[in-house]
Amino acid sequence: MRLFDPHIHMTSRTTDDYAAMRAAGVRALVEPSFWLGQPRTSVGSFVDYFDALIGWEPFRAAQFGISHHCAVALNPKEANDPRCREVLDLLPRYLVKDRVVAVGEIGYDSMTPEEDTAFAAQLALAVRHDLPVLVHTPHRDKASGTRRTLDVVRESGIAPERVVVDHLNELTVAAVLDAGCWAGFSVYPQTKMDEHRMVTLLREYGLERILVNSAADWGRSDPLKTRATADTMLASGFTTADVERVMWHNPVAFYGQSGRLDLTGPAPDIGESHEGNSIERGPRPAARTAAG
Amino acid sequence: MIDALHDTLAARLPAPQWERLGQWRRRVSESPHDVREFFPRAGREIGRGDLVGPAETGHPCRGWRTDDAARTLLLAALPQRGDDLVAELRWLYETGDAAERHAVLRSLDPLDLRADTDTLDGALPLVHDALRANDLRMVTAAVGDYTARHLPAPAWRHAVLKCVFTGIPLSAVSGLDERADPELLRMLNDFAAERTAAGRAVPPDVATFLRAHPAP
Ligand SMILES: [Zn+2]
Repeated sequence: MRLFDPHIHMTSRTTDDYAAMRAAGVRALVEPSFWLGQPRTSVGSFVDYFDALIGWEPFRAAQFGISHHCAVALNPKEANDPRCREVLDLLPRYLVKDRVVAVGEIGYDSMTPEEDTAFAAQLALAVRHDLPVLVHTPHRDKASGTRRTLDVVRESGIAPERVVVDHLNELTVAAVLDAGCWAGFSVYPQTKMDEHRMVTLLREYGLERILVNSAADWGRSDPLKTRATADTMLASGFTTADVERVMWHNPVAFYGQSGRLDLTGPAPDIGESHEGNSIERGPRPAARTAAG
Repeated sequence: MIDALHDTLAARLPAPQWERLGQWRRRVSESPHDVREFFPRAGREIGRGDLVGPAETGHPCRGWRTDDAARTLLLAALPQRGDDLVAELRWLYETGDAAERHAVLRSLDPLDLRADTDTLDGALPLVHDALRANDLRMVTAAVGDYTARHLPAPAWRHAVLKCVFTGIPLSAVSGLDERADPELLRMLNDFAAERTAAGRAVPPDVATFLRAHPAP
């Protein structure tokens, strides 16, 4: 089974997670920029974070035969901090990089005027750089937040099929699909969606323009929820082709709109290297010891 | 080397990509700042992957990737020399993604060897940065000919040792036989002794190297 997790924060995960994801079938993922739990206090902190997303993290993923791409943005929560707002000026530098396949996560957290400004500015950046967009919907006041999100997306002039509106549920999915956007679902151990509700939604709304992710991060979450959802689909009568459609072809189609998705990486053979503790995937065949 | 990269790219890139690279090089020679626009796009718009196949032994561009070669030609088209060129290389490295940093590191040797150029000694901080990385692609790109010529002995020995520890083959280290000194041999012998004491194998290339260079 071949899986693509379209939304997962690997920066917060261990190499054990990478190994387990690879074993479960994950071959590609997109890591959107988000907050880190602890608020950042300066632009420099974002520079290092973005640099890791286009440098270290893809290297780490490649050790396990997983292709890593990312989305770059100022997240809605930190858009409210005046010390972080200059990040908006930094973004154009990152939006031209090879493995940056979207602007994201943007959207609303508390629906403040500062969030309005950052959201609109970053939608404009996406249009200018010809990139798709990953939009986060707020956890509190979700239904109204989602409606307002769709209004802002519409006003921006971006093509709706270049936008995924994420963290949806039974109450918010219809409006998003009606607007022509992609619908993203985060399958979580306790909150957001679970795999059984997810499968029920797939029955009701079909497989078109649907993305399913684990959104795993530094909180209680599970990077194998894409696989759990795939298994639940099969157990509920969906075919292998259906699973492949939702879990692979859909994310490839969505992020492929960037023109930068590169899934041709070197054949993965790492996790199984020599002494079992190797993290190297050097430019030539080599397997000795951990990089330490 | 720059001529070899030029001729090989000319022969192997599809015509539209070769033409685009030619336009970029002309633009950069007239308005150097534009290199910052083209440099990140070179992989997806000019080409990626090996420039020369592994079977083509003896080819002067062996070990070069197409994107590294294209970016090196772009840098070679810049009018700056000496410290001004180093300043631009530094900017491109520091704001670059992994592929761009790799290309800057690979470009140091050919740019340094250009007949008309002032010395590029000033680019050594980039090598130091790459040698501190955990990304082994960076470390490998940082132990090339430029480093063999310029990196002072203590840092150079530690670079070799880092390769040994991280599984980068010694064959990737430029100038190893010329620069190996008693202190490096002592360090490698200590490494081998530590491995043996731990019941682990000494990597074959290290063992071979130590056999060829008996401790003084
Ligand atoms: Zn997220």
